[in-house]
Amino acid sequence: MRSQKCIVLGIESTAHTFGCGIASNDGRILANENSVYIPKEGGIHPREASRHHSTVAYKVVASALRKAKIKKEDINAIAFSQGPGLGPCLRSGATIARAIALILKKPYIPVNHCVAHIEIGRLISKCYDPLVIYVSGGNTIISAFDAGRYRIFGETLDIAYGNCIDTFSRNLNFPYPKPNELHPLDHISTEGGNFIELPYIVKGQDISYSGLLTAALKKIQEGFFWRDVAYSFYVTASAMLIEVAERALAHTGKREVLLTGGNARSRLLQSMLQLVCEERKVKFYVVPSEYAGDNGAMIAWTGVLAYKHGIITPVEKSTIKPKWRLDEVDIPWRL
Amino acid sequence: MNFEKLLGVGAEAYLYLIKWFDAEAIKKVRVPKKYRDSKLDLFIRTSRTIREAKLLTAARSIGVPTPTVYYVDTDDSTIIMEYIKGQRLKELFLSLNSLVQKEICLKIGELIALLHENGIIHGDLTTSNMILHGSGHIFLIDFGLGEFAYDIEARGVDLHLMMRALESTHYNIAKDCFNYILEGYSRISGVNISKLVLLKVNEIRSRGRYIRKRR
Ligand SMILES: Nc1ncnc2c1ncn2[C@@H]1O[C@H](COP(=O)(O)OP(=O)(O)O)[C@@H](O)[C@H]1O
Ligand SMILES: [Mg+2]
Repeated sequence: MRSQKCIVLGIESTAHTFGCGIASNDGRILANENSVYIPKEGGIHPREASRHHSTVAYKVVASALRKAKIKKEDINAIAFSQGPGLGPCLRSGATIARAIALILKKPYIPVNHCVAHIEIGRLISKCYDPLVIYVSGGNTIISAFDAGRYRIFGETLDIAYGNCIDTFSRNLNFPYPKPNELHPLDHISTEGGNFIELPYIVKGQDISYSGLLTAALKKIQEGFFWRDVAYSFYVTASAMLIEVAERALAHTGKREVLLTGGNARSRLLQSMLQLVCEERKVKFYVVPSEYAGDNGAMIAWTGVLAYKHGIITPVEKSTIKPKWRLDEVDIPWRL
Repeated sequence: MNFEKLLGVGAEAYLYLIKWFDAEAIKKVRVPKKYRDSKLDLFIRTSRTIREAKLLTAARSIGVPTPTVYYVDTDDSTIIMEYIKGQRLKELFLSLNSLVQKEICLKIGELIALLHENGIIHGDLTTSNMILHGSGHIFLIDFGLGEFAYDIEARGVDLHLMMRALESTHYNIAKDCFNYILEGYSRISGVNISKLVLLKVNEIRSRGRYIRKRR
């Protein structure tokens, strides 16, 4: 294990965000610059997103270097998000990271995107061994560390929580929330509503959202009051997630809970988890908004952890892994 | 009922050991959750109580060992059932030698197939929900997430959950165990059906987590 000072530059590009972060081994984030591609209409289109990434890459990386106030020579290694994610997006990030590594003649570190969401949460929220609830547009995973890996104690069988609620939102012509704004559905759930029964699908430790989404959209078409449908849809989708989270908490006996990923900003999820944690007397942590969504800093920081343990990859052998599962990754920096 | 001992607080239910007409019995009470809308909460507790009672009884009638249901109260989401004296496989499993583990996995596979052949999906196959009884029989419990279904998708999801549970809890032996479970499964369901179900399991595992088409 290397113990000397090190600085890693990390590139994130698994979906709609192109990010560049810089982190040092003492746990400081020196820069976290991100550019988010927001489609004019409809959901994410992989090719358009990857074009966005290639276009903004130079600007984002340059601005990260400026913010970090370091010289290129100070960087010890380049980390990149190798997966899971959308092929075209991963490819454009990997290409850029590879170019930087070759130009600077620095080692190249593959990072798993889901691991990075967990590690940045642990760093910034200062928790040690949490049950992790990782929710975003592309992933919905309940995980905890055991014997060298982040084991999965629950996940979606089809679409992700974020994808599900955003698709519904879009159909009601709600605006896409800016990073520091409340989600439109949070405004509705705060005020409450009349509950309408919708498919609540929990299968063992896993959940399924596509049936709920279809049914909720159908209710809108059938003329049910949109506010009631939106309320019921949001509390149902969230209750499903919290139920499997609570089950995992009971099963693993962990004493901390960490909410991370883009949907960690959800007020409803936060308040529901708060209740569960109070009842079970465990500590509850939420990753701050800046590090909740996809970001470069989390890749850089995980890169630091990996670099200290000698995880580097020859540039030629570093093909992207669009379906790389969290529980396939060894985590040598934890006991 | 003058004797009641809290056995455990699960994720969704309290379990009590009680006396029921002189016999020991288990009382399972699904408790309200503060984080849920109250109508949603009631709906979930009631429907699962009914489902669990129906499926326990259906499984027993086709020869899959399950506790006998003595009494159901949907208003209080309560089931009173036979107490199965034994040890949960979750705690027992790793202490067994590999030959016994193999036998148990084969048996589990047979039981799952028997359920599936009769249109019963367990819905939460984990080693916490299997009790090795003194008689040597493996009892299945906790059917609240189950359903009646015959399709390959439902069977695949059920086995997928079994595999995931093994991977997260008994990760060192998960692969071997799952293969033996499949072997047991095909003894009952036949090679062709088993192959289809296994294909489904693999498909579920590798499913992308994004909607591919825009909507
Ligand atoms: N009929 C029974 N006989 C003996 N033990 C039981 C019985 N039912 C449940 N248990 C014990 O209680 C635990 C929790 O019960 P379960 O029905 O699985 O509820 P939960 O939904 O909370 O998991 C089981 O893992 C088992 O140890
Ligand atoms: Mg159980």
